[in-house]
Amino acid sequence: MDLWASTYGGGLLAAAVLLPFVAMLLGLCLDGRWLQRVAFVTMALGLALALGIAASWANTSGPLVYLLGGWSPPLGIALRADGPAVAMLLAVAGVVCAIGLYARADFGTPAGQKESRSAFAYWLLLLAVWGALNLVFVSGDLFTLYVALELLTFAGVPLVCLAGSGETLRAALRYMLFALCGSVLYLLGAVLLYGGYGTLDIPLLAAAVQPEPIARAALALMTVGLLAKTALFPLHIWLPPAHGGAPAAASAVLSALVIKGSWFLVLRLWFDAMPGVATAATAQLLAALGAAAIVVGSVVALRQQRLKLLVAYSTVAQIGYLFLLFPMAFDAAGGMGFSALAQSAGLLQAIAHATAKAGMFMAAGLVYAALGHDRIDDLAGMAKAMPVAVAAFLVGGLALMGVLPSGAYLAKKLLLASADESGQWWWTLVLQGGAAFTAGYVVLIAVRVFRRPAAPLRLQPVSMLSQGAALGLALASLGLSLAAALGPLPAELLSKALSIEELGTMLATFAAGALLAAGLARRPLFDRGAATDAPARGGPGVWFEHGDRLLRQWPAAMLALLSVAAASGWLLVRG
Amino acid sequence: MSVETLYALAACALVGIGLYGMIVQPHPLRKLIAFNIMGTGVFVLFGALAKRGAAAGLVADPVPQALLITAIVVAFAATAVTVALLLRLVESTDTASLADEPPAGR
Repeated sequence: MDLWASTYGGGLLAAAVLLPFVAMLLGLCLDGRWLQRVAFVTMALGLALALGIAASWANTSGPLVYLLGGWSPPLGIALRADGPAVAMLLAVAGVVCAIGLYARADFGTPAGQKESRSAFAYWLLLLAVWGALNLVFVSGDLFTLYVALELLTFAGVPLVCLAGSGETLRAALRYMLFALCGSVLYLLGAVLLYGGYGTLDIPLLAAAVQPEPIARAALALMTVGLLAKTALFPLHIWLPPAHGGAPAAASAVLSALVIKGSWFLVLRLWFDAMPGVATAATAQLLAALGAAAIVVGSVVALRQQRLKLLVAYSTVAQIGYLFLLFPMAFDAAGGMGFSALAQSAGLLQAIAHATAKAGMFMAAGLVYAALGHDRIDDLAGMAKAMPVAVAAFLVGGLALMGVLPSGAYLAKKLLLASADESGQWWWTLVLQGGAAFTAGYVVLIAVRVFRRPAAPLRLQPVSMLSQGAALGLALASLGLSLAAALGPLPAELLSKALSIEELGTMLATFAAGALLAAGLARRPLFDRGAATDAPARGGPGVWFEHGDRLLRQWPAAMLALLSVAAASGWLLVRG
Repeated sequence: MSVETLYALAACALVGIGLYGMIVQPHPLRKLIAFNIMGTGVFVLFGALAKRGAAAGLVADPVPQALLITAIVVAFAATAVTVALLLRLVESTDTASLADEPPAGR
């Protein structure tokens, strides 16, 4: 296998990166109506390209490689697509197409209507996010990855403030400044690696890197910089206002796709670029932060008054799940024995979250568009009035909980198997218990939407296409494990799926979720006709809210950033 | 002390000053300047590494300069976007505060 020569089909990688950017530049010269057409043509072409890449990857024994200009590393730059990259390329292409269909109602420019600035910006930024993500997935060297990450941030930040209100501008500015801080740390790590090993090409670096201080410092700095961009607890300072305040079509992009870019890069660093440097102790730290994210994010989600903020905090919690894979990559001896298994589980979780969360944000946006508000306490009767949108939300929630046959279910099974084999029983508890926290806010919303309304609802009509796109994405997430089991993953994980034990676990998860929702939510779970302005309940939920608010102060978040960097550096050195 | 070491120490000082500013300065414009100071520190470090010839064993490694100019352009673009955001924020709210919105539910 030659990693330093272009393979058959490698040119597709360059095309996948170029296509969205070319369309974006073309769109800049056109008006909004034409831009939307260009965007839809690009989506069709991009999806076809992603399928083409997957097909040629399946026919090659190894990654697809494309050398830019025919120069080989270390002087040249290579684009590479291995299994994880191909999976993410496909998933992102699918999610972008569904979001595009959804956004037609919000940001379309019907004939005879004047084009709006935010619609024009939305389509440009959607294409830019897509191009930047494709570059993140196929880049073969750490500096190109830095540029790709910055492109992703520059495309993501304006999506936050499309509405242009003061609150969203503030959220965007916070996001930008905190992300910049993260990117400086990443760049510093990359510079140190270049100084130590004279290359930033991932396979060359993997061959040269030694577990010595410079590599450890670089890994700690880069990982923490990326965590800041991914918004892993306690570095989630920017996420709730940014994802909760943006228009739904933009929140879906930000929450489903943008944060996956920097997360994917952490995987690249740990498993591809510096496999011998990462240690099991540091992996425990990452997963511990993930576990904290699940608990705090879910409980604060239960305390929200607005549906979109609930979904945003659910993202904070779900980011935690994405980091539980790291300790599972290590076997009992501390070597990376299970890295392939853990990576598959992580990718499944990421794709399951991308599809489900995009569907949930879309559903929340539809509810807002129909009702004119998204106050959780006033959602009574919505299940009857908007069955498709509500179904999209609840199906997305079930998929995130890991109900059969969702992608999250299979991811959880893979991680549980790995936790058993490496003897890390404590992560078994987190994996099983985490689902109950997710169940908490799903049950809460289910109870609210199925209540009978006090007065008949007056709804604005919403596009059926948008509702269909939301439900389609949620169903895709719920059926993901079927698709994955047909592919490379061991099918025996699904064979015991209908046993009494599994059903019991599921029921216990729902029961625990209902208890959590009853105990911690802002209002009692079944309060019939309580006035909306009645004072909220106190109790332990309030402490979580206060803690979250404290951690989202700027100095606290920066100090958390430095402490996480110092702790991971120390754990790397200690081995 | 060689020139490279001097530059590397200067880089450390710049990154430190920038980080300090990032933490304690409340005004977004000052945070942005702190980010630029931090970035400059990284660039100076990269320059010192280029002079040392990195691991390639060259007298002076030219690759970091190509990377550096890209990184500077990226940092410049980041600064421009952030200033544009800040200007819009001041236009629409008459303040440049990053402080959180008042706690929900009041």
